[in-house]
Amino acid sequence: MYAYTGKILHVDLTNQTTRVQELEPEFLKRYLGGVGLATRLLYDNTPAGCDPLGPDNALCFACSSFAGTTIPVGTKHGVASKSPLTGFVGDSLSGSHFSEMLRRAGWDGMVLKGQAPRWLYLVIDDDLVRFVDAQPYMGKGAVEVQSILREELGDDNYRVSAIGPAGEHLVRFASIDNDGRQVGRTGNGAVMGSKRLKAIAIRGSRPVTVADPKGLMAASLKLIKTSQGPGTVKYRTLGTPSNVLNMNAIGVLPTRNFSETTFEHAETISGEYLRDHYRVKSVSCSSCSIACEQWGVVRDGKYKGAKIGLDYEPLFALGSNCGIGTLPPIIKLVEMSDELGMDAMSAGVVISWAMECYERGLLTQEDCDGLELAFGNEDAAIEVLRKIAYREGIGDLLAEGTMRASERLAKGSEHFAMHVKGLEMPGYDVRSLKTFAAGLAVGTRGACHNRSLAYELDIKGVFDRFTADDGRGKAMVDNENFACILDCLVLCKFLRNCFDDFGPDVAAIYTMTTGIFLTADELMAVGERVCNLKKAFNIREGWTRADDTLPPRVLEDPIPTGPSKGSYVTREELDLLIANYYQARGWTADGLIPREKLVELGLEDIADEVGVDTVPAGQAI
Amino acid sequence: MTQPAYQHVICDPDLCTGCRLCEYVCSANKHGVFDPNLARIRVVRIEPVTMTAISCRMCADAPCVIACPRDALSRAPETGVILVDDTKCDGCGWCVEACDFGAIVLNPASKTAEICDLCADQEDGPQCVIYCPKEALSLSTPEVLRQKARRDVVKRLFEELLTP
Repeated sequence: MYAYTGKILHVDLTNQTTRVQELEPEFLKRYLGGVGLATRLLYDNTPAGCDPLGPDNALCFACSSFAGTTIPVGTKHGVASKSPLTGFVGDSLSGSHFSEMLRRAGWDGMVLKGQAPRWLYLVIDDDLVRFVDAQPYMGKGAVEVQSILREELGDDNYRVSAIGPAGEHLVRFASIDNDGRQVGRTGNGAVMGSKRLKAIAIRGSRPVTVADPKGLMAASLKLIKTSQGPGTVKYRTLGTPSNVLNMNAIGVLPTRNFSETTFEHAETISGEYLRDHYRVKSVSCSSCSIACEQWGVVRDGKYKGAKIGLDYEPLFALGSNCGIGTLPPIIKLVEMSDELGMDAMSAGVVISWAMECYERGLLTQEDCDGLELAFGNEDAAIEVLRKIAYREGIGDLLAEGTMRASERLAKGSEHFAMHVKGLEMPGYDVRSLKTFAAGLAVGTRGACHNRSLAYELDIKGVFDRFTADDGRGKAMVDNENFACILDCLVLCKFLRNCFDDFGPDVAAIYTMTTGIFLTADELMAVGERVCNLKKAFNIREGWTRADDTLPPRVLEDPIPTGPSKGSYVTREELDLLIANYYQARGWTADGLIPREKLVELGLEDIADEVGVDTVPAGQAI
Repeated sequence: MTQPAYQHVICDPDLCTGCRLCEYVCSANKHGVFDPNLARIRVVRIEPVTMTAISCRMCADAPCVIACPRDALSRAPETGVILVDDTKCDGCGWCVEACDFGAIVLNPASKTAEICDLCADQEDGPQCVIYCPKEALSLSTPEVLRQKARRDVVKRLFEELLTP
């Protein structure tokens, strides 16, 4: 076996012990790595019904299959745990030099369980794992602590994953940072914090050996060159912030807590404006040939010195969605989110929810610790973001995430609590993107554009985005499976348009890397298998049909103005699309997985636990 | 007569995005494995936006050659590349200390020094230059880059003339 090490490091933080689990090539081939392998480790190591912030939850890391090789954007890692936001599967990805080091230290992944009696950080040198007192580093930022630890350990070769104050204070959407990239969504940073683990520093001394170095180098060079072409032009020039004007133009740019879909200041928060006034440089993740991250620096004014690699999702969440119409405070807010160690998307959406509550009088100035938490008040947004990380005053409520905060406040605020299953919505108002709306509703980790990919179907015009009809289920499933394959390999989604023939090309690269023979059909089957595995995890955690839904605002309030004016998703439309989707998945009308389906997917070992004995929806008995 | 300026691999920090593909390419080319510890070019990234790649700069009066107590290092007069005689090198590391750029690596297995040889074994020259996605790496001399920089300045002046 090449590239893979066939070994998983299990760490018990309660007793500060470790053990090694060996994996067979046949097993690895079924889950590949990244999200697939991490989810399987989660399923196998977490008892049903565990407290996400308790010692039984397993925080699982898994390398990309291509980690540490020349395959562009193939060095990432996946993390999975039971999400403290959703109570369901919390799988997340990050671009990563950390993944390279994890692999070179001899591990395909790690499973962290238990809870340390006092705050620790881990130092992993190949096989040697040390548990070190983290007390001197408590309160340090998620990014700055990485440099501090490298300095202390005396070697630049250490790569560090760390949490910030938000993770320490169990903010439910806390992230894990490595080299300024985040395992961002679903609150894995809070899970790490609940284990009293501040950071993991890894240094590996082993080379990564592949089955066919010459073949892999040639395939890499081809991909590197193709990825400078038309398939990635958006990402290389303006990066994802180019979405601001595009989404504004078609009336789907979430504005003021998803109440409107066009923003009067879209121009001054756009990717073009960023490029012309603040951009200093494009930066890439490990082994990435694209370099989508657009670093902006504020050179003067009250946010002087603020700098961040700005992406569309944090930009919408803390920008238009909070009614903030200039880039300097947004750059400051995103920089703070990263350093405090929390998901800027969820943070932006929970703050915009609080702003709407404030404007409607559901939260008073007194409730907000004296802050005028109105839309567009950037000073208040900055202060409340800081309060969230430390759970101070109003921050303690918002640190629970939009779903819990709105349930606690009630007073009708649930109507505009913009989340699915507890995970805050991404930067698309789905009232006029109906296929995508259903894609978010059925998402196993909640409202996630990256897992669904169905926005492509609506925005590229494969389907009429303003209506819903029969026959969209298969396309939704295909897109979701495709996204999942990329998440398991791992390959960055921005590389997805750079292959001549994805299945055969990628299967060949996988075989050249690992020496494990994989056909295109086997590769494509991984997507369906892992999507079902995630669903199986949710079913085991008590998922029901009622969980696949959308915020009331999406289902009841027509878009008030702009190009998408009047559009919303009726419950009938949502039910129709979801029924289509379940049917295309081969699930029951209630969205459960038949036993035979699990067996067919090679998940026979969990079929008894979560499978149901019935016939799939839409088929005659 | 002054020594000719030798071509070496130069990184433009404005174009370097910090991906580190050059490190992987170098070690794969020289050793058939992916291992930045064996790479003769290394990327240094201090702040998130400041980074560059460093390899042998073919210095005049190369300090590494002077430092070597066993005369294992010598310069190839044609290309300027520093040659390592593996039969003499015992991995003492004096050359590593002497290099102001940190461009010399000690192979942890063979305990011998490794220095960029501009991929002498490859027909198409340094592989890192070929693989660099952003064309941040080039085979050049400081003088050539200076000339290019001066030309760019004048081009910009001309463009400003054209801009109303």
